[in-house]
Amino acid sequence: MTEAASLTVTDVVAGYGSAPVLNGVSIAARPGTITAVLGANGAGKTTLLRTISGFVRTRSGQVTLDDVGLSRRSPDDIARAGVAHVPEGQGVITELTVEENLRLGLLLRRRADRAPALADAYQRFTILADRRRRQAATLSGGERQILVIARALLSAPRVLLLDEPSLGLAPLIVAQVMDLIRQLRDEAGLTVLLVEQNARSALSIADRGAVLSQGKVVAEADAASLAADVGLRRHYLGF
Amino acid sequence: MQEFVEFTLGGLGDGVIYAAIGLSLVLIWRGTRVLNYAQGGMAMFTSYLALFIINATGSYWLGFVVALAAGLVLGAVLERAVVRPTLGKPPLNAVIVTIGLLILIEGVAGIMYGSKNRSFPAPFSIVGAKIGSFALGPGSSPTAIFTAAAVLAAAGLLALLFRYTAVGLRMRASAFSGTVAQLMGIRIGRITTLGWALAGLIGALAGMLVTPQTFLYPNSMDSIFVLGFTAAVIGGLDSPVGAIVGGLLLGVALNYVTGYVGSNLPELAGLAILVLVLMLRPSGLFASTATRQV
Amino acid sequence: MTLARHAGIAIVAGVVLLALSARLDSYRQYQLAEVAATVVAVAGLTVLIGISGQISIGHGAFMFIGAYATALIIMHLNWNLALVILASAVVAGLAGAVMGVAAARLRGPYLAGATLMLAVALPAVAYQWQGVFGGDQGLDFAVTTPGFLGVNFGLTEWQAWVCCVCALLVMVVLANVLRSRVGRNWRAVRDNDTAAALAGLNVAVLRVRAFVVSAACAGVAGSLLATTMLNVTPGAFTLALSIQLLTAVVLGGLGSLAGAVWGGIILVLVPPFLTNFASSHGLASAGASVPIAGYGLVLIVVMLAFPTGVQGGVRRLLGPVVPAASGPVNALGRRWPAIRKKAGGRDAGHELTSTQEVDKEGTR
Repeated sequence: MTEAASLTVTDVVAGYGSAPVLNGVSIAARPGTITAVLGANGAGKTTLLRTISGFVRTRSGQVTLDDVGLSRRSPDDIARAGVAHVPEGQGVITELTVEENLRLGLLLRRRADRAPALADAYQRFTILADRRRRQAATLSGGERQILVIARALLSAPRVLLLDEPSLGLAPLIVAQVMDLIRQLRDEAGLTVLLVEQNARSALSIADRGAVLSQGKVVAEADAASLAADVGLRRHYLGF
Repeated sequence: MQEFVEFTLGGLGDGVIYAAIGLSLVLIWRGTRVLNYAQGGMAMFTSYLALFIINATGSYWLGFVVALAAGLVLGAVLERAVVRPTLGKPPLNAVIVTIGLLILIEGVAGIMYGSKNRSFPAPFSIVGAKIGSFALGPGSSPTAIFTAAAVLAAAGLLALLFRYTAVGLRMRASAFSGTVAQLMGIRIGRITTLGWALAGLIGALAGMLVTPQTFLYPNSMDSIFVLGFTAAVIGGLDSPVGAIVGGLLLGVALNYVTGYVGSNLPELAGLAILVLVLMLRPSGLFASTATRQV
Repeated sequence: MTLARHAGIAIVAGVVLLALSARLDSYRQYQLAEVAATVVAVAGLTVLIGISGQISIGHGAFMFIGAYATALIIMHLNWNLALVILASAVVAGLAGAVMGVAAARLRGPYLAGATLMLAVALPAVAYQWQGVFGGDQGLDFAVTTPGFLGVNFGLTEWQAWVCCVCALLVMVVLANVLRSRVGRNWRAVRDNDTAAALAGLNVAVLRVRAFVVSAACAGVAGSLLATTMLNVTPGAFTLALSIQLLTAVVLGGLGSLAGAVWGGIILVLVPPFLTNFASSHGLASAGASVPIAGYGLVLIVVMLAFPTGVQGGVRRLLGPVVPAASGPVNALGRRWPAIRKKAGGRDAGHELTSTQEVDKEGTR
């Protein structure tokens, strides 16, 4: 795995149509940490990730990976730079098999690394190994989430953006997925930016958290402090 | 019985051409939701280039190769220059632009080569085979057999490309979901260009193989295009297999109509078949029901 | 009242045209008739494509129907010319209804394919039933100037009158329809048929109606052309005609009746001009191909230079009626507009839905 990088978002204004969704957002994800991005529906969390990965143009502000600017680059360019974005709704290509989906992640690796990386992935995620020849459409929600995370990992990313990985999953599966993310940080030192509505789960594995509301960051602190701030929790996070 | 065999073989021979045009249309459609109305025109133009080479050098096969190469290049160039700007805009724009391309190509061909019919050489004999005294009709001539073999080989190679190569995987991913493909670092612009290049190649092949029958003039591929389009629509625009099956079915059915009923009716029969299929399956015979992610 | 205004404009235009036609020579009168007829067809197609958002690359078929209906009625029945034209419109409109029913189920290229096939197949009818339709030679017939104009009134001038009057009538009708509830509903269906259906509009019926209207217009145009040329042949209604109509709609501006007028004028007057230009510059052998190449080039340039087309242009004029483009930006820096999502895409989830936020304004 390549070394993890820091991802810095500085004063970004971005959005669709006439009114921007992000009104000057600044977030720093330090190397090898999990940073949770929290907030209610409509706060701008998904837009933030889409802006970082290049699908939404920044109107002002900067996104940098270590010290390299990412704003204004095309999404495939940003992906090649090492930013792996797992979108909301997972982004499984259902018409392809599980293995073909995984191979998509391998496209960014050097030829020589591809076979061993795939073998590793199957070893780690035995559920994918069992289903490798099946059409991805046959996978359950939880399995698809594992698939897309595995696929993102196969590209040896420097930063992993996860958009609502718990969406639509049963609590048990959510716990498994969160566990996996935590392991990725612990074992591989991966930098993760984790957007979640399920703030409680996210804060349980995160190092730091940022709370978005109406396109601005209203609170940023280490995860423990955020979780302890009852007023904040009730107001913005729903628990 | 002899008539039936003749008509069937002849229909398959025609159908293979419709299948090729249909296949090239599907190739482009899958990736970008653009229907290339100029596909036939491009094939006509590459045939003119081939004829020029053939007359200049005396070698059919050199002309053949040049036509295929020109198809590749023409497809790539047209996509990049003219069609790319229409991506992301209302679909009608691409329709108008490709129709404009068709008209432009036909006009340019007329200016460069004149509009009178020219005869066009076939790769092999066009005399039908016989089993004893049982004539199998022109659909069994060496040229017809070569045509079928060439198109099926091309389709087969494409299938292999898609299934077993990284490029093929990129193309399929881009076709199913441009967004996810980009997330995976795939340069979907280049993939689109490649799709057009391959479609141009297959179109050029179809042009070379059918023009001996139709003679060469600026509008010579128009009706072939319409039938190839129909074949693709019948099969379902997302399905390469559908285009091939649709083409063969259409070719055979129309040949039966011409042979048994009357020579003025193939177009009407084609319309009837098209309407029938679309009434039953508005997205074509092989339309998949899987939802597509954006 | 818009009806009065439209009628007023039409009357003024009518007077101008009638005065003009008296001063033109026979050939120019013929061209005037041709322009008027073509404008009718282009206007009808503009309604279909620009206003109701469907497509037809085979509208020549409806002109074919109108023309042959006219020829047959004149040859076999002794009807008043106005009645003949009306009847031709009705026949073409009926065909349009049949096509429209098919169109209601089909989208995009599938519809285009069906209309394309229609345009190609229909002329074959003339060859198959030669007894009735005259095959390749077609049908010839005669039209006479009405008695009240006097014995010496020129035939071509009368034909020009007929075409101009009909064209003005059709334009007034279309203009009023477009301003009415039907027109608004058509636009709603064009912009977002799902939303329109949810709002209670019968999308299928509206689509069929648009086809009927545009086919009837094409039928009138075919009828007018027939009365001008006094002859109908299948060769006059090839696929090329349908594509030329489409060209005219695009050049005229895809969605305005005024544009349709321009499109008709360009379609009729420019090709002979270009052919003469080519001949006089030594390109005689390529003469016919130069305007063809020119057409193609213009179509491409116009579409590339005005990329948002009519839907974008109108939207910009009226302001966003639906939320602006809510899709991702593709690798080439262009947004996938909302329209592309109708092709079966699933919304990848965006933040424009209403929030569940607590009402109080938090400290910022």
